Amino acid sequence: MTPFALWVYLSTSPLLWLTGTLIAWLAASRIAVACGRHPLVNPVMLAIAFVAVALKLAHIDYKTYFDGAQFVHFLLGPATVALAVPLWRNRDLVGRSLLPMLAALTVGSLVAVGSTIAIAALFGAPFDVIASLAPKSVTAPVAMAVSERTGGLPSLTAAVVVATGIFGAMIVTPLMNRLGIKDWAARGFAVGLASHGIGTARAFAVHPVAGAFSGLAMALSAVVTPILVPIVLGILK
Amino acid sequence: MIIGFAALLVCQLAGEITVRWLGLPLPGPVVGMMLLVVAIALRSLALRRFGGGKAEAPVSHVADSLLGNLGLLFVPAGVGVVQYLDLIAANGAAIGIAIVVSTVLALVATVVTFRVVKRLLPASDAPTSDAGDRA
Repeated sequence: MTPFALWVYLSTSPLLWLTGTLIAWLAASRIAVACGRHPLVNPVMLAIAFVAVALKLAHIDYKTYFDGAQFVHFLLGPATVALAVPLWRNRDLVGRSLLPMLAALTVGSLVAVGSTIAIAALFGAPFDVIASLAPKSVTAPVAMAVSERTGGLPSLTAAVVVATGIFGAMIVTPLMNRLGIKDWAARGFAVGLASHGIGTARAFAVHPVAGAFSGLAMALSAVVTPILVPIVLGILK
Repeated sequence: MIIGFAALLVCQLAGEITVRWLGLPLPGPVVGMMLLVVAIALRSLALRRFGGGKAEAPVSHVADSLLGNLGLLFVPAGVGVVQYLDLIAANGAAIGIAIVVSTVLALVATVVTFRVVKRLLPASDAPTSDAGDRA
């Protein structure tokens, strides 16, 4: 086999891009740890950038990449189920926090959806863009379904959801420190509500209690947001 | 490890079936998570009757591995999003400002509401950082 034929084989095989995804993540998390888990050095953003640059340089389309990376992507489902474990470990604290959580869920979801719609409308964005933005704080599969149902563009929603997740994960630590909030449950709940799974990944890296509450907030907002978005969008019409 | 992973998949499967059967507007894995909490709670009751042990033990290793690398799982979808970045760029400042301002507002509104309601409740304001499980 010539080196070129070997490359043609490898670059289109799932093995190469699955391996590449894992190595990009390992490199990104090493860098994040080496930077003392500085909030601005977000490993998800770094790993995405590494892979995106590699694909660009190798002229590989996303479909070929995803044939390999889908095995990692598939684990999102089991990982969501696994959130039950930190939830169970913190059940006493969760039980004592039911009222604060319900209140924060209601207010936080309303502010997340309402402020997004208000700002986009203020800037004169067309309705399909507003509808694409509205569910941006909720986990991607739910957000895309909501966007589609309310007249948005699901692919734009997916891009906005990832951007929201990464931005929330980067800003949460400095923001909460500036507000002087030391309650890990409250901090975690806020980042899970505002920035879904990518925020939850940050929360688990910071503190297990923050991770547990972040996962719970993400699950609860996946329940509330599909109900909330059509109502708030209806006011606009 | 395998038994733990199988347990996660069984719960997810049961969640997907439940959601489709009942036509619930929920992601299947979220229902799967609730089912796993119930399963762990039932196991805890059984363990209390027949001696000790941690109820979450069969799934704790695989759950901690997955959740410890949760960020990795968003990389494939995130890479796909890079090809839509021009869609964001085309819609200009509105999207960028909406993301930044509304995410900050949502974080502040959520955390402030959580703290205010917690403080209003009688005798529940123990610092949560002492109550957590540091596994």
